[in-house]
Amino acid sequence: MNAVLLARLQFAFTISVHIIFPAFTIGLSAFIATLLILWQRTGREHFHRLARFWTKIFAVSFAMGVVSGIPMSYEFGSNWSRFSEVAGNVVGPMIGYEVLTAFFLEATFLGVLLFGWARTPPWLQATAAVLIAVGTAMSAFWILSANSWMQTPAGHVMRGGIAYPVDWFAIIFNPSFPYRLAHMLTAAYLTTSLVVLAVGARYLLVQAFKEEARTMMRMGVGMLAVLGPLQLLLGDQHGLNTLAHQPAKIAAMEAHWRDTGPMDLVLFALPDEHAKVNRAAIAIPHLGSLILTHDWNGRVPALADFAANAQPRVTIIFFAFRIMVGIGLLLIALGLTGALLWWRGRLFTSRWYLRAAGWAWPLGFIAILAGWLTTENGRQPYVIYGILRTQDATSPIAAGTVAASLAAFVLVYGVVFSIGIYYMRKMIRHGPRGAAIATSAVPHALPNQPLASARESTRESRAEPPVI
Amino acid sequence: MTALTGAPYWLPLICAAVVGFAVAMYIVLDGFDLGIGILFPFFPREIDRDQMMNSVAPFWDGNETWLILGGTGLLVTFPHAYAVIMPALYVPLITMLLALVFRGVAFEFRWVAKPHHAKWDIAFSAGSIVAALCQGFMLGGLMGGTRIEQGHFAGGPFDWLTPFSLLCGLGLLVGYALLGATWLVMKTAGTLERRARRSAHLLLIGVLGFIVLVSVWTPLEFARIGARWFSWPNMLYLSPVPLATAFFAVACWRGLASARVIFSPFYSAVALFILAYIGLVISVMPYLVPPSISIWDAAAAPSSQRFVLVGMAILVPFILGYTVFVYYTFRGKVRADEGYH
Repeated sequence: MNAVLLARLQFAFTISVHIIFPAFTIGLSAFIATLLILWQRTGREHFHRLARFWTKIFAVSFAMGVVSGIPMSYEFGSNWSRFSEVAGNVVGPMIGYEVLTAFFLEATFLGVLLFGWARTPPWLQATAAVLIAVGTAMSAFWILSANSWMQTPAGHVMRGGIAYPVDWFAIIFNPSFPYRLAHMLTAAYLTTSLVVLAVGARYLLVQAFKEEARTMMRMGVGMLAVLGPLQLLLGDQHGLNTLAHQPAKIAAMEAHWRDTGPMDLVLFALPDEHAKVNRAAIAIPHLGSLILTHDWNGRVPALADFAANAQPRVTIIFFAFRIMVGIGLLLIALGLTGALLWWRGRLFTSRWYLRAAGWAWPLGFIAILAGWLTTENGRQPYVIYGILRTQDATSPIAAGTVAASLAAFVLVYGVVFSIGIYYMRKMIRHGPRGAAIATSAVPHALPNQPLASARESTRESRAEPPVI
Repeated sequence: MTALTGAPYWLPLICAAVVGFAVAMYIVLDGFDLGIGILFPFFPREIDRDQMMNSVAPFWDGNETWLILGGTGLLVTFPHAYAVIMPALYVPLITMLLALVFRGVAFEFRWVAKPHHAKWDIAFSAGSIVAALCQGFMLGGLMGGTRIEQGHFAGGPFDWLTPFSLLCGLGLLVGYALLGATWLVMKTAGTLERRARRSAHLLLIGVLGFIVLVSVWTPLEFARIGARWFSWPNMLYLSPVPLATAFFAVACWRGLASARVIFSPFYSAVALFILAYIGLVISVMPYLVPPSISIWDAAAAPSSQRFVLVGMAILVPFILGYTVFVYYTFRGKVRADEGYH
């Protein structure tokens, strides 16, 4: 394998593992902040218990997000040094602003949220949670702006092969950015909602932590029912934006080889990259045109309309896109069904629904990964669309060295993050029980007494068996 | 180079100062929490290790963020240097990042895994030790020079590996351990504090040994650096650096010897680090990749540097403000009977 492919695999692997954690913590921090505010307002202890329970899980997820994120900020140089030289003037400041506006805020106030229960007032806990939630969203803002600039570069000028900034507003708010930001943030909130809903449903199935479980189900179903349909709309708008700026990506997503008339919507096919046709295709005539151009007979540029060296490969993009959309439709069904049951007063007793919701927790993560595979592969063969080819962006590092570091990343991430996810599962299985109230009520005068976030759950886990 | 005037001259200087500040913050702040991990093998009792971990748990995440600011700061303000340094230091860099994975997750995993946490003690300790060594290797490797052709790194994966870089790695390891030990003197009580004082005394001797060794080796190995320090009148202007180093070494030693003094050993150790860092800056300026790429060669477009500097001028004071707030919130000593009931 050549060094470029290895470097791509390494980036794809490290960022795919990384995105799982921020995608979860963006929504989870907002959920915890909401719970703490509700607790402040109503004084009902189960909100507090839930907040502390999810904060422990948040801490484990956040730690994995941090340690898998630091390598990303160095990988631009280690594996993609020529990209850094070409794009550093433009992309660099956006990543810099991400660190300054988001990372410090999250990391610092996480300390307050995790260890400050005994020595800071409740309003400060809630404030810390809100600041963390804002921080995670700010982080998404800047990194998606940088990514969007690579998809739809604007506001710069090229001199001697190097990008120079001309208009920062145009760079940051480049054409695809608002759509990508809305789509990704909504995806992150949906992902967390699904996990929360699934955990609530599983507790209810065994009649454990009923009050907490009902709160989780209400909040999860509410978010799904509102954000699911909204995401469909945002996705549609994002697709139209992509058609305007990266039509080759759309052609690959739809396995649209030749523009011979109104476009079919291919529901399923086995794209044949050599013959450039679809095998075993199931397609609906005109529907592709209708979705992409909002016109029954609209024409959509096909792959054949682009030079051979400007076409992305179809297979991954085609299937990843279908997985994402399929899951999206499933989520909408889950959310609307839940809302209907809630309205009929049967949400907490319909065991078939609880069972289905209990298994839905991984769907958001899969959809996010599939979506990113679609958009990043769809940008190929460019790393900065139309400006820098991926093959010209790597570092002058031998293939063997890149292969060795890739193997090391796979091994370390595979071991460490599997164990981390196992620990999160263990905490969820034990549930939000225990000493939340007692601990926080103890008046500790000593200022320095950090309580490790997960400690209580540990003591409990030794004493009591898991409930699910 | 000297022909540059106005913004093209000053902007890179200011940016270098800002990136240098971020790196210094990282070395001092993550230095003491890496030091805790480095000391772990010498404090085998679980109750001691719990306290050691607790003393840094609320801070480590913010501390490590300075590493990200240092890395991205270099990318933002000096992309050309970033694009040469990262490939040149590929092996120690990736190794350090993976080591930081192990020690970072250990902060949370250790508590969740109890009572089966022995493996996370090892992960925390080994991760800290390997990360510290790699950071020293990177520093020494960078000082040793980098093969560049047509503006790109053109060397091999182990060019950084020299006797000098090994010396830097060991020196930084002992230095971080000193920061960690003096931090424990400040933040813990009882037998743990007493043992930390004894360790810190030994470590201080080790650190001074490494400072002398590096100070002798560097000017001998690199004529350019020798000329900078040992020519007249530079010698006069630069003499405060070694003199202040001697002063803080004595202050640290005496503070450790007196059981009632809890702050001055740590602050003196920090001062020693800052002085060593200043010495390094004096040795390598104005190069980012000595001796070929200066801060002016590597500078990003002035408008990029300006855009980031404006943000930093506004945001860094806030960051420092809430960092101080968190350190204040978790001030004072950690007690042995806290945590478990």
